[in-house]
Amino acid sequence: MSKKLTERLGLGLLAFSAVLVLLFLGVILFDIFSKGIAVISWEFLSQPPHQGMTEGGIFPAILGTFLVSIITVIFAVPLGMFAAIYLHEYARPGNTTRMIRLAIRNLSGVPSIVYGLFGVVLFVQMMHLGTSILSAGLTLGLLTLPWTITACEEALKTVPKAYREGALALGATKWYAIRTNVLPYAIPGMLTGVILGLARAAGETAPILFTGAAFFLPHLPKSIFDQFMALPYHLYILSTQHHAIDKVRPIAYGTALVLLGLILLLSFTAIWVRYHYRQRLKG
Amino acid sequence: MNLESAVSRTVNMREQEIARRKAHRRRFKEKLIERFFFLNGLTAILVLGGIFALLFIKSYPAFKELGVFQFFLGAVWNPTSYSVPKYGILSLIVSSLMVTLGALAIAVPLGIGCAAFISEMASKRFKEILKPAIELLAAIPSVVVGFLGIVLVNPIISKLFGISHGLNALNGSILLAIMSLPTIVSLSEDALRAVPLTYKEASLALGANRWQTLVRVSIPSALSGITASIMLGMGRAIGETMTVLMATGNAPGLTFNFLEAIQTMTATIAIELGEVPYNTTHYYSLFVIGFVLFVMTFVVNLISDLILQKYQEVER
Repeated sequence: MSKKLTERLGLGLLAFSAVLVLLFLGVILFDIFSKGIAVISWEFLSQPPHQGMTEGGIFPAILGTFLVSIITVIFAVPLGMFAAIYLHEYARPGNTTRMIRLAIRNLSGVPSIVYGLFGVVLFVQMMHLGTSILSAGLTLGLLTLPWTITACEEALKTVPKAYREGALALGATKWYAIRTNVLPYAIPGMLTGVILGLARAAGETAPILFTGAAFFLPHLPKSIFDQFMALPYHLYILSTQHHAIDKVRPIAYGTALVLLGLILLLSFTAIWVRYHYRQRLKG
Repeated sequence: MNLESAVSRTVNMREQEIARRKAHRRRFKEKLIERFFFLNGLTAILVLGGIFALLFIKSYPAFKELGVFQFFLGAVWNPTSYSVPKYGILSLIVSSLMVTLGALAIAVPLGIGCAAFISEMASKRFKEILKPAIELLAAIPSVVVGFLGIVLVNPIISKLFGISHGLNALNGSILLAIMSLPTIVSLSEDALRAVPLTYKEASLALGANRWQTLVRVSIPSALSGITASIMLGMGRAIGETMTVLMATGNAPGLTFNFLEAIQTMTATIAIELGEVPYNTTHYYSLFVIGFVLFVMTFVVNLISDLILQKYQEVER
């Protein structure tokens, strides 16, 4: 009898923990959406902040996040893709390959603030790029590198071995086989991984704190060597550093909603690409 | 006749020579392409080594000037004091470990429970809701979680414990628990799913009920994977910056009270690096914190990596 009771209780506890996790997510999404939606308007999305950020919109922050993301993609995607091609298509098992894999796994565990420190020294100071869109984008690019490599390699894994062997058997060189018979099938999968990585990078704050993000800028950035405003940093400032925190709370909620919306949009795009691609492979 | 065959032989040799050269050139090109990809593959090692080297180079002047002991044994962090600046990072390390352990105390039971629910109990339908939900939870940026710590968790804690504000270690622990849950749940679930069905069937056939089977058979068999997931979650929690920066109150000081404001290593870097002039003792000492943080997460990740590696070998 008591055994039965412990079983019931235990299994109930498991169900409870699952429900609790769902509840966390539900509360987070509900709070941001319900309180953020009130301030969202075309004006909020297209206007710069006014009156010491207590009025107006968040357009410069949206633009800044967008520009930094472009640098991140341009830097990290080719590098990550090529590294993945090496690891999956060329690398022979051995110490070097093992070291590379170990480095990738460890890089994905390095705290984002440490990437920030690295970015300050390497890009801002040593390479004299200053606190700029370029420095911040490169720093975020390094942060996303391990994810990009892993995602691209996963995509390469899904291409059947027969595709490579078929081309090689007909006399193609290795690179020709990869270029014509592997990459075309792997690229949609790579795209999915890249978009998901970008979604994570766009929400990162710590790496851009000292590499280029600015509290407030009266003008939009003119080149990639200018400082910029960014959505996550803007949210941080509005919720902790502003002189009238209670007054700007609605704007902070609106910023959080826009940031969350952007990330969800990117994530759903990635899922859509994956789904679409799977359908096409089946057909 | 003889001449003709000699000519055709020469032509043949010439053709062969050309073909050989072509093949040679092609092989050379292939080698070059492989080299190119190899160099790209090396970037991961280069970046990891570069981070280590630069952090060390930038923290070395501070070590040299102040000595290792002042950093690790000093409890007071007050680098901007006019009289005697103090550079003890002990309180910062303790604070970081405190919120991390607090987070694990919440996230480990909850995460394993949720993982066990998904792998052992949930219907297919419910699984299809839970798994994307957990992925979604992982996608929420840390700054948004920190913001919710201020607007949601903060008033709840202050009301519950009757204190003036709820920006303290407890708040940080709750938020970090939510942030490390996705890692713990998804990796623990993988580990539980990898337990051979025959183990569970044998246990059930011997008359054990589902709860006993889970606690005495499934979880012990999946323990290495679950441990690895906890270590990874821990690594994430130690290195998390924005949530603790926003939610823990940022008051450096040695305390073990979860209801007091604390300041973690990550938050210290985030607050002060923007304000100090480059290449001063204070600046270098922030890199000491970064270096310690890097080594700590590196060790934690390496351990989880070793556990996972071993566990995959056993599986095969």
